[in-house]
Amino acid sequence: MKTFNYERVASPEAAVAAGGRFIAGGTNLLDLMKLGVETPERLVDISRLDLNTIEEKDGGFLVGALVPNSDLAADPRVIANYPVLSRALLAGASGQLRNKATTGGNLLQRTRCYFFYDTHAACNKRVPGSGCDALGGFNRIHAILGASEQCIATHPGDMPVAMRALDAAVVTLRPDGDRRRIPLADFYRLPGDTPHIETVLESGELITHIALPALPPGARQLYRKVRDRASYAFALVSVAGVIAVENGTITHAALAFGGLAHQPWRDPAVEAALIGQPPIEAAFDAAATALLKDARGHGDNDFKIPLARRVLIAALRDLTGEPA
Amino acid sequence: MRFTINGSKREADPDIRASLLDLLREEFRLTGTKKGCDHGQCGACTVLVNGRRINACLTLAVMHQEDDIVTIEGLGSADNLHPMQAAFVRHDGYQCGYCTPGQICSAVGMLDEVAKGWPSHVSDDLSSPVLDEAEISERMSGNLCRCSAYPTIVDAIREVHDA
Repeated sequence: MKTFNYERVASPEAAVAAGGRFIAGGTNLLDLMKLGVETPERLVDISRLDLNTIEEKDGGFLVGALVPNSDLAADPRVIANYPVLSRALLAGASGQLRNKATTGGNLLQRTRCYFFYDTHAACNKRVPGSGCDALGGFNRIHAILGASEQCIATHPGDMPVAMRALDAAVVTLRPDGDRRRIPLADFYRLPGDTPHIETVLESGELITHIALPALPPGARQLYRKVRDRASYAFALVSVAGVIAVENGTITHAALAFGGLAHQPWRDPAVEAALIGQPPIEAAFDAAATALLKDARGHGDNDFKIPLARRVLIAALRDLTGEPA
Repeated sequence: MRFTINGSKREADPDIRASLLDLLREEFRLTGTKKGCDHGQCGACTVLVNGRRINACLTLAVMHQEDDIVTIEGLGSADNLHPMQAAFVRHDGYQCGYCTPGQICSAVGMLDEVAKGWPSHVSDDLSSPVLDEAEISERMSGNLCRCSAYPTIVDAIREVHDA
């Protein structure tokens, strides 16, 4: 591991003034530092900041960036109001990792693309301009939506997929002292020509909270994840769904997807195909067709196209059928 | 740097890059905690920090100077086994033994999570999980056993939970 300077800070203001790479849980960053994929010159330890509470606010909740994944998943208020979020968190990683990984850090997880991890491979995300060995290489876990000729990596997270369906927003503090609130819809970038720039966060900008809004009454929630083994594996395809049905008509639909794209994927056309319709197979088929209209496989990951269709339809059946 | 390990105050001056795992093994010679993959995938390095199980390989020693760190050496000794250690012996919850300290620390932390009512991926009801075999397997999925002693590991954990 390349050496670094280390500083622990006592306040968010000191953190953004310190000018370095933030570390809290460290479970992804240290892994990448050991491999030489990440080589920060300065680590700013924010792990002891007072950003680890969950508070009710404006009918929703404000989650501190340092709340561990375990605590967020087990919080009775989260279980009661956002079971899709608890389910997504519990579907990710292992007990040990969830105890350490933080809410803010989970949003900023890097891709598990094999070629991003392999410093001998070409990767535009790791070394801009070096090429992409995933295109034409083994690309089973890679993106079918929103990818570019420069990068077909996927975002690996589960929690952010649920948060995308919940219309969460990221609250930040900038080095100039300004705070801003970034809807998760605007937080992640698509790879385009700059796959190394993954979010709209500016240099030194610190995530302090994640805001979860209130949901429509009666909405049902679900997180469905398909992976290569039953536990402790990244999603091949996952879906977070929030659906409300009134008098036989779908009145609210929020569907976000993991494993398909460079960011937790959400497409208004999918929801438009459902809202105002009865919860029947024809509507589910239309939603899946809308989701996959521009899907493109790269060989090894072609299976994700039919898999995503089936996972979405199965999720919609569960969300609108008789409660178990 | 000052640490609290198994109830004792210890001092060391490790490289800033040292993981908690390397601190335990290389500085304090607490070699019960094992280095398997060194990337958080196998769980052999599991220790308890402030009562919570974590992967010691994926955290920096320098970040844990105020914490209460417990390793397998702190759970019990040869003449005074922790109930989980005794149950692993009784049920033969290992073959080669390399993953065992991590399995035991993880199991102790896991049962504490269950006592707090924390759900898991396989809990039907997130509010009141019941610890059956599927729950134990899911909750222990961060600990690999290449000898595949899983059935007896589950037996040992279940016995301690039911006791």
